[in-house]
Amino acid sequence: MGMLSRSPWVIHYDGSSCNGCDIEVLAALMPRFDVERFGVVNTGNPKHADILLLTGSINEQNKPVVLNIYNQMPEPKVVLAVGICATSGGIFRECYNVLGGVDKVLPVDVYVPGCAVRPESIIDAVVKGVGILEEKRAAFKAAGKA
Amino acid sequence: MSERTIIPFGPQHPVLPEPIHLDLVVEDEKVIEAIPSIGFIHRGLERLVEKKDYVDYVYVAERICGICSFIHGLTYCMAIEELMKVQVPDRAQYLRIIWSELSRIHSHLLWLGLTADSFGFESMFMQSWRLREQILDIIEETTGGRVIFGSAKIGGVRRDISSVKMDEIMKKMNVYRKDIAQLCEQFMKDQTVKHRMQGVGLLSRADAISLGAVGPMLRGSGIAQDIRSTGYSGYDRIGFTPVTETAGDCYARCMVRMREMDASFVMIEQCVGKMTDGPIEVKVTGNPAGEFFMRSEQPRGEAIYYAKANGTKFLSRLRVRTPTFANIPPLLATLAGCQLADVPVIVLTIDPCISCAER
Repeated sequence: MGMLSRSPWVIHYDGSSCNGCDIEVLAALMPRFDVERFGVVNTGNPKHADILLLTGSINEQNKPVVLNIYNQMPEPKVVLAVGICATSGGIFRECYNVLGGVDKVLPVDVYVPGCAVRPESIIDAVVKGVGILEEKRAAFKAAGKA
Repeated sequence: MSERTIIPFGPQHPVLPEPIHLDLVVEDEKVIEAIPSIGFIHRGLERLVEKKDYVDYVYVAERICGICSFIHGLTYCMAIEELMKVQVPDRAQYLRIIWSELSRIHSHLLWLGLTADSFGFESMFMQSWRLREQILDIIEETTGGRVIFGSAKIGGVRRDISSVKMDEIMKKMNVYRKDIAQLCEQFMKDQTVKHRMQGVGLLSRADAISLGAVGPMLRGSGIAQDIRSTGYSGYDRIGFTPVTETAGDCYARCMVRMREMDASFVMIEQCVGKMTDGPIEVKVTGNPAGEFFMRSEQPRGEAIYYAKANGTKFLSRLRVRTPTFANIPPLLATLAGCQLADVPVIVLTIDPCISCAER
């Protein structure tokens, strides 16, 4: 399991954010922050991913998409709600088309506040997520599933 | 005749960080038709005017889009200022231009990276985002935010830039301007880039007009329309001519954005030269009444804000027409007949900002 914890693969999906957090997620991949040096890879395929990184809140239209991505990911998996919209709906929580944070549809493991969230916080969240992934994996093994 | 297949593109797609869904009807490798379905990021924030008063709404307007956030906030402020007959001080107008043009530079660098990434030019992606971080540093030093500046307010701006800081910034900007010019040259002279972009995604001058294209999409087809030339927020006081290219293909649209970045540096320099000391805001009292259309030029094209006020502190209607929304019909026209592999490149040359388009 040590191997996986050193290189978590992340899949990113934009719920209904303003784009600010998504750009910061990409900025974390850039030479200044460069998460790839830790082995964190942004993958486009849910079947390869360990961590689901969600920005933006949930609405009726993207609910099935988010659930579809989550269900395709192999166990164990971790969900990060990145940005204030993903944690609670943020400034848009009163909008008619916003159901609320990601936790309305998925079990969230790490909440990351910020509007827009800073790349440093995203990296921190991924590191926290790796710890949780490790715990889940241990529990998974103990249950005799792996 | 070969069989027709429908290939779904998105909403979760590796090329774009944002969800847009296109159903591509293909015959072999050729795209016959693209059918969009949007609404994945619709939040309904126009109706928030009923819950947030006209001063607070500036924060919501800034969050329509995380890339051109400042210009969204600014356009909203300008619409309300027109309704309330507020004259914004000169210094505030110049500061607004400086931040608008910094937004434009960072937005175009972001777009350059994503476009390069769409055909696998990873090192260009990294380089342009590295340069973008330096522009973001300047923005962070002057406004305190990287993405959401929070510096536009009704009646002026929230923060001033001291002359010492300004000199410091201009010194850095001169270096960045050369770096960016060099990067653009490398990109535009590259044989592979030319091969992927020249003659791809053609939009004729007549189509650009009839389909209502805006921004670099329109100027890449040879039409010199730039809302900055209407002279809002003090743009009339600085020398400005719209950048145009005539080819109408992906390469021309790239060229427009590259040249716009350079023009933005010149504009910032002019603003700094012309700026005089003075107040940065005026006190605004009372409530707006009446209705007004405000237009502004964002990195992606023309944005329109329609505000209708009834004399209370809550607006009765706000309508936002964003550039990406206007650029979707021309995008669909250019996608018809292209190769499947060119779809990401063409989609990216309109510089899509889905959160703008769906609000």
